[in-house]
Amino acid sequence: MSTVAGEMDHHDHHHHAPSGITRWLFTTNHKDIGSMYLWFSFIMFLVGGSMAMVIRAELFQPGLQLVDPHFFNQMTTVHGLIMVFGAVMPAFTGLANWMVPMMIGAPDMALPRMNNWSFWILPFAFAILLASLFMEGGGPAFGWTFYAPLSTTYSSDSTALFVFSVHIMGISSIMGAINVIVTIMNMRAPGMTYMKMPLFVWTWFITAFLLIAVMPVLAGAVTMVLTDKYFGTSFFDAAGGGDPVLFQHIFWFFGHPEVYIMILPSFGIISAIIPAFSRKKLFGYSSMVYATAAIAGLSFIVWAHHMFTTGMPVAAEIFFMYATMLISVPTGVKVFNWVATMWRGSISFETPMLFALAFVILFTIGGFSGLMLAITPVDFQYHDTYFVVAHFHYVLVSGAIFSIMAAAYYWLPKWTGYMYDETLAKWHFWCSLISVNVLFFPMHFAGLAGMPRRIPDYSLQFADINQIVSIGGFAFGLSQLIFLWVVIKCVRGGEKAPAKPWEGAEGLEWTVPSPAPYHTFETPPEVK
Amino acid sequence: MAQQHEKYYVPASSPWPIVGAIGLGLIAFGAGHTVIDMKNEAADGWGSNVLFGGIAVMIVMLFGWFRDQINESMSGLYSNQLGHSYRQGMSWFIFSEIMFFAAFFGALFYARVIAVEWLGGASNNAMTNEVLWPGFEAHWPLTQTPGGTESGAMGWMGLPLYNTIILIVSSVTCHFAHVGLEKNNRKQLTVWLGITIILGCIFLYLQGAEYVHAYEELGLTLDSGIYGNTFYMLTGFHGMHVTLGTLMLIIMFLRVIKGHFTPDNHFAFQATSWYWHFVDVVWVCLFIFVYVL
Amino acid sequence: QSQLNLTQGVTEISQRVYDLHMTIFYICCVIGVIVFGAMFVSMILHRKSKGHKPATFHENVKVEILWTVIPFLILVGMAIPATKTLFAMEDASEAEVTVLVTGSQWKWHYKYFDRDVEFFSLLATRQDQINNRLDKGENYLLEVDRPLVIPTDTKVRFLVTSDDVIHSWWVPDFAVKKDANPGFINEAWTKVDKPGIYRGQCAELCGKDHGFMPVVVIAKEPAEYEAWISEQEAIAKAEKEEEQRLLSMSMSKEELMELGERIYLGSCAACHQANGEGIPGVFPSLKGTEMVMNDKAGHIDIVVNGKAGTAMQAFGNQLSLRELAAVITYERNAWGNDTGDLIQAADVNDYLNN
Ligand code: HEA
Ligand code: HEA
Ligand code: CUA
Ligand SMILES: [Cu+2]
Repeated sequence: MSTVAGEMDHHDHHHHAPSGITRWLFTTNHKDIGSMYLWFSFIMFLVGGSMAMVIRAELFQPGLQLVDPHFFNQMTTVHGLIMVFGAVMPAFTGLANWMVPMMIGAPDMALPRMNNWSFWILPFAFAILLASLFMEGGGPAFGWTFYAPLSTTYSSDSTALFVFSVHIMGISSIMGAINVIVTIMNMRAPGMTYMKMPLFVWTWFITAFLLIAVMPVLAGAVTMVLTDKYFGTSFFDAAGGGDPVLFQHIFWFFGHPEVYIMILPSFGIISAIIPAFSRKKLFGYSSMVYATAAIAGLSFIVWAHHMFTTGMPVAAEIFFMYATMLISVPTGVKVFNWVATMWRGSISFETPMLFALAFVILFTIGGFSGLMLAITPVDFQYHDTYFVVAHFHYVLVSGAIFSIMAAAYYWLPKWTGYMYDETLAKWHFWCSLISVNVLFFPMHFAGLAGMPRRIPDYSLQFADINQIVSIGGFAFGLSQLIFLWVVIKCVRGGEKAPAKPWEGAEGLEWTVPSPAPYHTFETPPEVK
Repeated sequence: MAQQHEKYYVPASSPWPIVGAIGLGLIAFGAGHTVIDMKNEAADGWGSNVLFGGIAVMIVMLFGWFRDQINESMSGLYSNQLGHSYRQGMSWFIFSEIMFFAAFFGALFYARVIAVEWLGGASNNAMTNEVLWPGFEAHWPLTQTPGGTESGAMGWMGLPLYNTIILIVSSVTCHFAHVGLEKNNRKQLTVWLGITIILGCIFLYLQGAEYVHAYEELGLTLDSGIYGNTFYMLTGFHGMHVTLGTLMLIIMFLRVIKGHFTPDNHFAFQATSWYWHFVDVVWVCLFIFVYVL
Repeated sequence: QSQLNLTQGVTEISQRVYDLHMTIFYICCVIGVIVFGAMFVSMILHRKSKGHKPATFHENVKVEILWTVIPFLILVGMAIPATKTLFAMEDASEAEVTVLVTGSQWKWHYKYFDRDVEFFSLLATRQDQINNRLDKGENYLLEVDRPLVIPTDTKVRFLVTSDDVIHSWWVPDFAVKKDANPGFINEAWTKVDKPGIYRGQCAELCGKDHGFMPVVVIAKEPAEYEAWISEQEAIAKAEKEEEQRLLSMSMSKEELMELGERIYLGSCAACHQANGEGIPGVFPSLKGTEMVMNDKAGHIDIVVNGKAGTAMQAFGNQLSLRELAAVITYERNAWGNDTGDLIQAADVNDYLNN
């Protein structure tokens, strides 16, 4: 049974979602798929977070307490992998699924069946990854960066499962990205020119491009790991003419754009929320677009800043240092634009705004530590210490994750048709804000004082700092349970949400009722 | 663009995506276990059974999915705009494939220009050569690795050159077929498409012969160092793409015989032809960088 | 010594690195104060609850150019000292002493160029401290059995490489961190001003015991250093001779087992575990396995030469003949293996020579 959207006004039954489990298994609806992505990513966040709790519990005191070093390394590795590929990326894809068609006035994604396929690959991929932890010899224990030859000759048997699960995750991401990019290029409502698109759409457009460009490179990297380990090749083995550092070049050629994949959509979210709650138009729309593009462009030529200690020639070190530093300029433009948007606005502090404001400040702090890391001679001291861990958790947790929370609060009324519980949400925010800083701020000190990352045990001078960090970690983890509660409560009912619950919000998504109808724009809206 | 929106086609729910996901999941899980068993020489076969099961599921999925798709297309449900979406989707997919090959070309360039040279003492690696690999001299093709493995190198005359010509010609014949389709000249379409398929098969056969020659006469194997590695990985992945492309061409051929495609509705054909051109371009790069230079 | 900030270290370079670190940190603080300050001002003054009405401006090309150019200039200001420091750090020429530093799972090996001295440096913290059965000492996890010794006021060059996976040799007080890549040699150098004991750690994930791979360097006055290294040379020479003499002697089972256990725990147990059972799927068991029970030659071979393509290292150049003999004997008789085989130094030596 198939339908032409234009005729659908006459088929009323199609406005309702089909019911039962097959609705979710067979769906081609962008909202259903978006919801599945979002729930999946939240579950993965809890799983990855639980692993972080194992890490923090082990590091609570010096000495080995709970887990042995080999298992600790597996926790670190799988924590990183799950958070990056299982929590943040699917959350953004989920948001794109829900919001991009609504924001550009399209009935659905361009390729709805493939959309469903992209999603359903993920549970299988992560089931395989998690299952590998239970194999003889354990799962991946070589860090989420899986440097060769630790991941080849010296890894446990299960590595092949890791490799193939990354392969299918990559397939999922690429298909998801193709869908987003084609939707944006091809399905904008009449009058929705590129330079009128909401920034969330713009940032995702560029993110999708990054994804299509670098996920295949990751696939290449894992393939070479596979053949080096199992088929006797020597891409990463000097005896055969290869080089372990080659692995790092390939990995980071993917890896650095990857970290921007995890932040550009955040920029889009923040650029929607700050104007809404400042009741003022976004400052410098076009410079925001150009800055995003500049960040994406630069992201391809900075990868080796993760490799300053590998012994590259000085000329290369200098090139990568300068290029990396340059990224601060367009990122700064964004931060300044947000501040200018708030300036002389009429600001109110609902939970989405609170998370957005926390994002701006904490992300900027993470950006500053990034800039410090970019300074090659000093990076020799910082590299592979907790200073780096502090840096990337600031940009990822209080950056990407906070922006996802902000987005969830901002759009929950549109998704569910109900307002979330503002009091509980405020509790969630303040608990998260305080604990996230207790968790990650002291890590800077541990790193500067010389604590290496990826160690299950440490010398005595780091004991106090780690204790504080762990307490912050448990508190932050528990705070997220409040979020779970708020979301479930909101899905089940509450105060009815109007079509546009936020006074200052702009965009097509607020022109349709809440909850948004199953098919949004069967007749495209006119954008002027 | 404005009016086209009205006709936008949203497919009803479909079982194929989840079947495809199950298929990919089984393939990943099965392939993983197959490889692990192989390494431990402990194959009891269930890994590869899962793998083949997964492939079977994928094949069923592809047939089912494409059947639905073809039926929809034949019954005129598709709009121009959907055609645009498919075409753009295909182009981005090809772009992702290019990036996949780029990773291996990158490895090749790095090995040639940096790794092997450094092992030979270039740049800031004088001590590398002196202390760790005394006597090793950098050269390309790397017929003797630092570890001492020796192998022959593949020349570009002979088979590789013929293969290059064959693929380039096949790109042209494929184009002729396409032109035939657009002019609604079914005979031109059928004949040139058939020739393209035959050329593809010949290419694959010769490639196989070349591998046999490399293994048996040159001692050039997958594990004979970075030269063999990049050679086999690049040509091997390319060969897999040619195989896939040929299969796609054959399916197109069958559909053409069944009377599918019209001059203005033939996305599947066009996608296949793009894919074929892409495979051809990759080969030309391969020929230049792997064989000639 | 600050517990919360980067060390200033004991070399000119480390001092420059520290200064650079502080400069950039202060610049970031200033920018932070300005940006967050502006944010807080508008959060406090321009809030709806105070009845503030929104302005309507949303563009200003001049301002935007300004806040593109100013950060750029700030960056240029940072890049200049950074570049200078970097060039100074990467110039390892004209060193007077050269040490080859080789990482392996999980220990460091030091070899002095032009001198007949080389040795392994292993974690010295007792397992009981790590497992919380003993109180932890002051230098918990930062102590080794044999530290590297270098002269002060002398340019010392380190050639850093690895036998297996990537490690990274790091001494914060020297501001030296260089990856040890298998098959390649990286160069680093230092010139220490103050005699003393300097501690660091491996800084690249290198497997299970990455956290237990400290670096300890003792810097001595050049004269003291010279005395030390000559002494070491003499000791090494004496040991070699002793080795030869021992070839003709047989050790008793008790002696072999006692020494063997010590060596086993120091060199083998990290992978094969104290109980000999290994970690299934990662490190093979030695308990009741075919090679240990029946294949004496194969056993000696794998201990002496290692096994290519696995984590099993070649111990032939890490342990003395006597130690090799003892540890192999131990493995063949411990944990209920009870083969009764005794391996003597001479057996191993025969093997090495054939
Ligand atoms: C969302 C993810 C994210 C983001 C956005 C960033 C952003 C940046 N990162 Fe980060 N980074 C990671 C995730 C991210 N990083 C991860 C995961 C790792 C570790 C991986 C691993 O090893 O496991 C890492 C590691 C990492 C390293 C390697 C460290 C090491 O291992 O030794 C470096 C080095 O240069 C670096 C630099 C930067 C820089 C310069 C930015 C810049 O984009 C930041 C720019 C922002 C600002 C500077 C703030 C705002 C600007 C202004 C207010 C304007 C004015 C400012 C100035 C002129 C100073 N990062
Ligand atoms: C987006 C990515 C992301 C996110 C969100 C996080 C979130 C967290 N991370 Fe993660 N982290 C990475 C990405 C991320 N991390 C990466 C890439 C690495 C590098 C890996 C590597 O070295 O290879 C890393 C490494 C890393 C380390 C270093 C490990 C090491 O070097 O050995 C640590 C240590 O503290 C850590 C801690 C945490 C904590 C406490 C959280 C918290 O924010 C998590 C909070 C969430 C929960 C806790 C779940 C919700 C709550 C429950 C399920 C209830 C149960 C709770 C309790 C019992 C309290 N992370
Ligand atoms: Cu050696 Cu970490
Ligand atoms: Cu980076």
